[in-house]
Amino acid sequence: MKIAVASGKGGTGKTLISTNLFRTLELEKAELSLVDCDAEEPNVSQFITGNLKGVNPVMSNIPEIDEERCSFCGRCHEYCNYHAIVFLPTAGYTKVISELCHDCGACIIACPDNAIKLNERQLGLITSFDSNDHSEIIEGCISVGVYSPVPVIKEAIKSAIKETVILDSPPGISCPFVATTTRADYIILVTEPTPFGLNDLKLAAETLTRLNKKFGVIVNRAGLGNREVYQWFEENKIPLLLEIPFDREIARTYSQGKLITDELPGYRKAFSGLINKIISLNTL
Amino acid sequence: MKVAITSTGNSPDSMIDSRFGRCSYFVIYDTENQSTEYIPNPNRDSIEGAGPASVELVASKGVTKVISGEFGAKVKSIFDQLQVQLIMINSQDKSISDIIQLLNNQH
Repeated sequence: MKIAVASGKGGTGKTLISTNLFRTLELEKAELSLVDCDAEEPNVSQFITGNLKGVNPVMSNIPEIDEERCSFCGRCHEYCNYHAIVFLPTAGYTKVISELCHDCGACIIACPDNAIKLNERQLGLITSFDSNDHSEIIEGCISVGVYSPVPVIKEAIKSAIKETVILDSPPGISCPFVATTTRADYIILVTEPTPFGLNDLKLAAETLTRLNKKFGVIVNRAGLGNREVYQWFEENKIPLLLEIPFDREIARTYSQGKLITDELPGYRKAFSGLINKIISLNTL
Repeated sequence: MKVAITSTGNSPDSMIDSRFGRCSYFVIYDTENQSTEYIPNPNRDSIEGAGPASVELVASKGVTKVISGEFGAKVKSIFDQLQVQLIMINSQDKSISDIIQLLNNQH
């Protein structure tokens, strides 16, 4: 089973939840992977690391047009769905904008002149650690200047082979969020009980509903803000999985790179209950 | 000489549009015969690649100068290769007719 921990709003506590859930299940001897899918700024390894198992590059093919061979027919430009080929026949100019290329290969098929060759480009790295003999951490991290983290996210998730996989999702609801949550069986949305939290939670919930995904919500920093988010759960029959209080000790522990399930009493039990709740909700 | 100006509307009273790739209109002004052409920008709401697609549009009109508020990195490098001069105007309260006047006074 794959569980994604996601949110609309950034900074609600996705990594807090995913790392502590991982630690709890790890201590219960689960065969487990935790994948840091926030490839633009991964931070799981600041909380949990282990023995380095491997570092693998994620590559992509970027086409290059040989202007000597090119007959300026314009077919590659026509086939490209991403405006990645600039084509100006009158100026004798045609070039690939590598940042916009999605490596779909359509231009190669389109070209009748055999004028397009492929150059490899590194999009990022997948780093894996053994946390112990039955659990692993996998981190996706994109290279500086790479336009989209999606290919790296897909590869990172693909390399997680354990029975239970926790995906620490990137924030927002755009392509990186979709790339992560579509690969999960169940999604935990983390929010805070504030107007900003509720607004972005609604956007995330709407997106997941359209993707036909089951989800429940964790309220972090409970006690802040107002009750609106709880009213919204009731009106829309959204399961509230867990509440984590607004507590200075949690902030202190987190800012030291430590886990609340290791340092503070009561949380390990709460996270253990969380997984059982998800399993029962997911099999309904 | 042909000059492209990014515009918020389709009249000489419209203000300059500060964005290049996602501007509302391109004004193609010909300094030789002082003609203007207003082209609605089809790339305005593109998901991605609005800049390069807009370069293609204005370059195909044969312009040698482009006037806008700002240009992105991808756009700059293509215009450089095409040897098109870029002019950035920071103030947003310049109308198209103001800019045309400045161009005419220059020559």
